[in-house]
Amino acid sequence: MMTLSFAEWLQLCGHFLLLSFAAIGGAIVIAPEMHRLMVTQTGMLTDAQFSASIAIAQAAPGPNVLFVAVMGYQAAGLAGAAATLFGIMLPSSTLAFAASRWSHARQDWRAVRAFKAGLAPVTIALLVATGWILAANTPGWAHLLLTIGAALVVWRTRVHLLVLIGVGAVVGALGWI
Amino acid sequence: MQPPPAPLARPASLTELFTAFTALALQGFGGVLAIAQRVLCEERRWLTREEFVETLAVAQVLPGPNVVNMSLMIGDRFFGWRGAVSALAGMMCAPLVLVLALAALYTQFAQQPAVAGALKGMGAVAAGMIVGTALKLVPVLRENPMGRPACFGIGVAVFACIALLRWPLLWVLLVLGVAAYAFAWMRLRGAS
Repeated sequence: MMTLSFAEWLQLCGHFLLLSFAAIGGAIVIAPEMHRLMVTQTGMLTDAQFSASIAIAQAAPGPNVLFVAVMGYQAAGLAGAAATLFGIMLPSSTLAFAASRWSHARQDWRAVRAFKAGLAPVTIALLVATGWILAANTPGWAHLLLTIGAALVVWRTRVHLLVLIGVGAVVGALGWI
Repeated sequence: MQPPPAPLARPASLTELFTAFTALALQGFGGVLAIAQRVLCEERRWLTREEFVETLAVAQVLPGPNVVNMSLMIGDRFFGWRGAVSALAGMMCAPLVLVLALAALYTQFAQQPAVAGALKGMGAVAAGMIVGTALKLVPVLRENPMGRPACFGIGVAVFACIALLRWPLLWVLLVLGVAAYAFAWMRLRGAS
């Protein structure tokens, strides 16, 4: 872990400010670019630290974008976490805020209604694709059955989602998958 | 005909917005979307499923994490910019503290097979939860002006490009998203 000077802090933050604009589909989309920056180019993180950042954020509850904060933390402590998270959040949040205001004020426009109608099936299909990709990353029948079971339970019942996650954790900890 | 849905509710205060999003984020293992849909549409009833899909659609085409973008859009709708800040802070603050604490502990526990196995199991469930949430949202497409066959076709094409062919999202959105947009626009023009 290194200590950042103010200039280095600004530089790190600036890199993530720029990366933020490319994060269409979420911050994980630009993970390869972050790898290039943090591991290859600046050497602020090792390969193992980079992978661990993503794994840690996935194990914890909350938005996946927090892996960016973990990366900053592993590189340069709390100041690093502040630089990377602030950088990745500011542009995209400002843009989302402006777009939300803009489209809400014009919700009767045909252009806005067409956007919502046209993108609805795209949005739902993207969710299915996300689940598919996550499931396909880990092969194995037991694993797949667990995924399908969880999908059916969420779709058809009102079982609390934490119960499901708990079942997954226990099944996994026992080494059944 | 479907039974008429119960009327929507709304958060009473910025504090309620903040605590609701905090609670929601802390339940979101392996992604927050599934629990967000459950809490916002079914438990608290702040959004209809249609509104949820619409908000998610905007969040998805913009850069940035979808659930984070969604939370600030939803907060903004109820209480303006202060609502946006409250919802966003609720979504981020507690999980951030937790994840940094976990990062500090991680190296000690990562090697344990039980921990690794539990994470794997949680990952499998989280993937299923996202698919289940998507299935629950499919009925939203019933009233879509493009019609059901077109919606189905667009959905299958997007799935194939992203999940099977693994094409970059940006290009899929530029081609299929724009095509769907144009088609919906023509349908809406024809209807009016």
